[in-house]
Amino acid sequence: MAEIAVSPVPEVIDAAALARIQRQNRRENLGRMWFKFSRNPLSVIGLLMVIAIILLAIFAEFVTPFPDHVRPFTDFVNAKKPPGGEYLLGTDQFGRDILSRIVFGFRFSLLMAVVVLTLVVPVGVTLGMVAGYFQGTIIDTIIMRITDIFLSVPPLILALAIASVLTPNLTNSMVAVSLMWWPWYARLVYGLSSALRTEYFVSSAETIGARTPHILFREILPNMISPIFTKMSLDVGWVIIIGSMLSFLGLGVQEPQPGLGTMVAKGSDYLPTGQWWMAIFPALAIVVVVLGFNLLGDGLRDLFSAEEV
Amino acid sequence: MSDDIILRVENLRKHFIVGRKGLIKREPITVKAVDGVSFNVRRGETFGIVGESGSGKSTIAYITMGMYLPTSGTITFNDRDLFGHGDRRPLDLRKEVQIVFQDPGSSLNPRRTIRQILELPLSIHQPEKDRLTEIIRLLELVDLPPEFMHKYPRQLSGGERQIVAIARALATNPSLVILDEPTSALDVSVQGKVLNLLIRLQRELNLTYMFITHDLSVMRNLASRVAIMYLGRVAEVAEAVHFFESPQHPYTQMLLSSIPVLTEAEEALRPAQIRSTGEIPSPVDLPSGCSFHTRCPQVMDHCRHIDPLMVPIDVTGSDHIVRCHLFEQANGQVSS
Amino acid sequence: MVARETPLLDIRDLSVHFRVYGGVLRVLDRINFHVLQGERVGLVGETGCGKTTTMKTILQVLPTPPAEIPQGEIRFQGQDVMTMSQRELVNMRGQGISMIFQDPTAALNPVFTVGQQLTAVIRHASPENRNLNNSQLRERALEALRQVALADPERLLDSYPIQLSGGMRQRVCIGMALSTRPGLLIADEPGTALDVTIQDQVLRLLQDLVEQQGNSFILITHTLGIVRQMTDRVYVMYAGNMVEVAPTQRLFTNPLHPYTQGLMDAVPRLTGGGISEGIPGRIPDYMNPPSGCRFSGRCPHAMPVCSREKPPVFQIEGPEDESHEVACFLYDEPHKVSNYKAELQPV
Repeated sequence: MAEIAVSPVPEVIDAAALARIQRQNRRENLGRMWFKFSRNPLSVIGLLMVIAIILLAIFAEFVTPFPDHVRPFTDFVNAKKPPGGEYLLGTDQFGRDILSRIVFGFRFSLLMAVVVLTLVVPVGVTLGMVAGYFQGTIIDTIIMRITDIFLSVPPLILALAIASVLTPNLTNSMVAVSLMWWPWYARLVYGLSSALRTEYFVSSAETIGARTPHILFREILPNMISPIFTKMSLDVGWVIIIGSMLSFLGLGVQEPQPGLGTMVAKGSDYLPTGQWWMAIFPALAIVVVVLGFNLLGDGLRDLFSAEEV
Repeated sequence: MSDDIILRVENLRKHFIVGRKGLIKREPITVKAVDGVSFNVRRGETFGIVGESGSGKSTIAYITMGMYLPTSGTITFNDRDLFGHGDRRPLDLRKEVQIVFQDPGSSLNPRRTIRQILELPLSIHQPEKDRLTEIIRLLELVDLPPEFMHKYPRQLSGGERQIVAIARALATNPSLVILDEPTSALDVSVQGKVLNLLIRLQRELNLTYMFITHDLSVMRNLASRVAIMYLGRVAEVAEAVHFFESPQHPYTQMLLSSIPVLTEAEEALRPAQIRSTGEIPSPVDLPSGCSFHTRCPQVMDHCRHIDPLMVPIDVTGSDHIVRCHLFEQANGQVSS
Repeated sequence: MVARETPLLDIRDLSVHFRVYGGVLRVLDRINFHVLQGERVGLVGETGCGKTTTMKTILQVLPTPPAEIPQGEIRFQGQDVMTMSQRELVNMRGQGISMIFQDPTAALNPVFTVGQQLTAVIRHASPENRNLNNSQLRERALEALRQVALADPERLLDSYPIQLSGGMRQRVCIGMALSTRPGLLIADEPGTALDVTIQDQVLRLLQDLVEQQGNSFILITHTLGIVRQMTDRVYVMYAGNMVEVAPTQRLFTNPLHPYTQGLMDAVPRLTGGGISEGIPGRIPDYMNPPSGCRFSGRCPHAMPVCSREKPPVFQIEGPEDESHEVACFLYDEPHKVSNYKAELQPV
């Protein structure tokens, strides 16, 4: 083999230069992504809604007028006050400020979404990726049949069953939702991974002799990040709806903690007697959260699905 | 056996089961992608394989790379059986045979930098060497500036991507490189640069190429010997020069007459009397006898029933093998 | 210069820009292009040179935004395409201009039979056709399939595209495109997705049909050999500019623009002679194209003026009264290299 003269080029080995190039790449990517994302005003509105909700949830203690009202608290003098004045969205049957409780309710809803997705995504993605890569083998069959079994149980029934066997509280409802949720990620990723498996860059890594974990996590996984991310942002809304449903049925967040679903459930008792604000405002809050995340998710999907412009 | 043969393919078959028919017996529907192919690749040469879609040319490449196991037949590399260990090919054998894929868009992982892409073969096959120095050396070898290592594939042009794919194939220091349509996705003005790079690398590194393409004009200028494939079988093997000056198999003649050309001199090389007719039969349902008989202008009665054998012919005074009944008769003998 | 008859399609000074992240891509840069009645015109260029954008602009199917048309005019049958109403555009696309695409699989809808798609095209081609009854439509569809030499057209009408081979699908597409009896047929890389021997059959068929029916014909391709075989006049496009226009025979025997020369030189020959290095460099960035000639950065004959000014179009005298135009300063009198005569290198 001919000897090729090597002239090490210092500026490419230089760590600072490397970091600069990477920063530059990243900045350009972000710029291009924002350019595409910002073309759709609905996506931007969704993003702003989500940011606002997250900030409210984090700083709930400081932004709400009555942070005490989420703990055991009664003030029968101010019970069932209609919206306006000191209580912007009115008060409930115990005299607690609905606005404060809704903002804290965001916190529980987001907490549920974050916990559920952190449990579900790694499990579902790993299983789906392995099954997809080994498509047609016994590994694929075992993983995907288990997935099918979970998918064949009606999700709400499964969650109800789990939540009723265990004590009804937030933790157990999160476990219940997680158990019914991971198969959807396994399914999504299975399809992606079995398609990527036949790409030449995977064949190339295989023929070079790369180990399976390298192929799975370094070659295949990075190419699935965009769709997984999109599904996650769309799922936040769904997890919140399911969580609210469970708490509406009394299986989620327990009094006196404010779950949005619980608030709708309790408030609905007072709809016939005219205290509409107790149920309607928490229900609207659910709509706002879900809408925000769905708009954002749609924006992300368009962003990732569109080819380079 | 002379030791100037680097790759020996013998009676290679690859049948894919693509489905099943019948309610009870469930007979498999098979595609005979490669059906009894034999040829030798000599050390240091560029062995061309030409064929249209369904001819099995890429399947041969993928089997050689170990992406599939053959249904039957053998491939030996330097007299070592490539499938001696089933599909667990030892690293020292993997290192020797590398491939450059057709589509540079798909053969480089879009989420990895050039540096990461080149690091993979180095970390597996040459763990003792300093990777950064090696990467710079590889890039220099293929005339790319070292700062390319920080780029992502989408920041490169099609030609540059293919050159990176070549650098990756060379990273293991192979002796045989399979080029699977390396320039068919590139523009003409870029193609030349990549092909000339391949020619230079072959000379400098003593590489042997197995060059797969459907472009006969490229083949004419690159290959030392050419095999023409049709529906999983070899139709004709010859030295490149003879091949284009005196094509023997009717299919080869049809192929040559179908190429659009630029000059009068080239037109003279096209056998004008043979015009392309008919459809390429489905590989699921191959015609009986010679599989080309449905399109052959010189078809004879027994072509429809009897599969011809590979016959050496003495038209050009060199190795020239044709699989066609016309030549069995002419020679008055049958040999395999 | 002969007095020109009114062309069927006439594009003058057309520019197309795309507004994208970071600026504006100046994709088409004041191109001129025309097709006479019954003429077969080739449009040659490499990936990203603007061939497809040109065609999309003619048909007015470019999405705006991101695309914008800052200047220029397109006339089809004397009518300004850019001021046409939606209805007129639909008519133009339906019966005035037909297209054949590179990938016949994508051009046919997989869930309808060949017959359903063909009859739909025929029915919508003109107002009179809307009154045809089913058996008349079927007869027209059969006729369309027969003329593209497809065997057993009766059975074919009831088949789905997936049941046909690639070559047959492209024949169906050709039949479909010609079934509306268009004034202008545009074929965008019609054989590229097909195997060599099948491509040869399909192109020969297309050539025969165009000749028979006397359609005006635009062939868009990057394969020079196909243009040589099938056209009367060729436009060579590079990076959004028309760099050379000449009668086909003349262009292939005497290419004048350095880009055309480089392109022809880059094609490997069946006669051997090795592989040319091709053209060095890459296509310029459309966001900041060179201010002068867009090819100047890659041109072996570049002069100082080339990077300063955009070369105008020079008329080159031919042996007969043919128009050979080239946008290159080498052919400007003051810059003219004495007796510069570029010949296609015999290789």
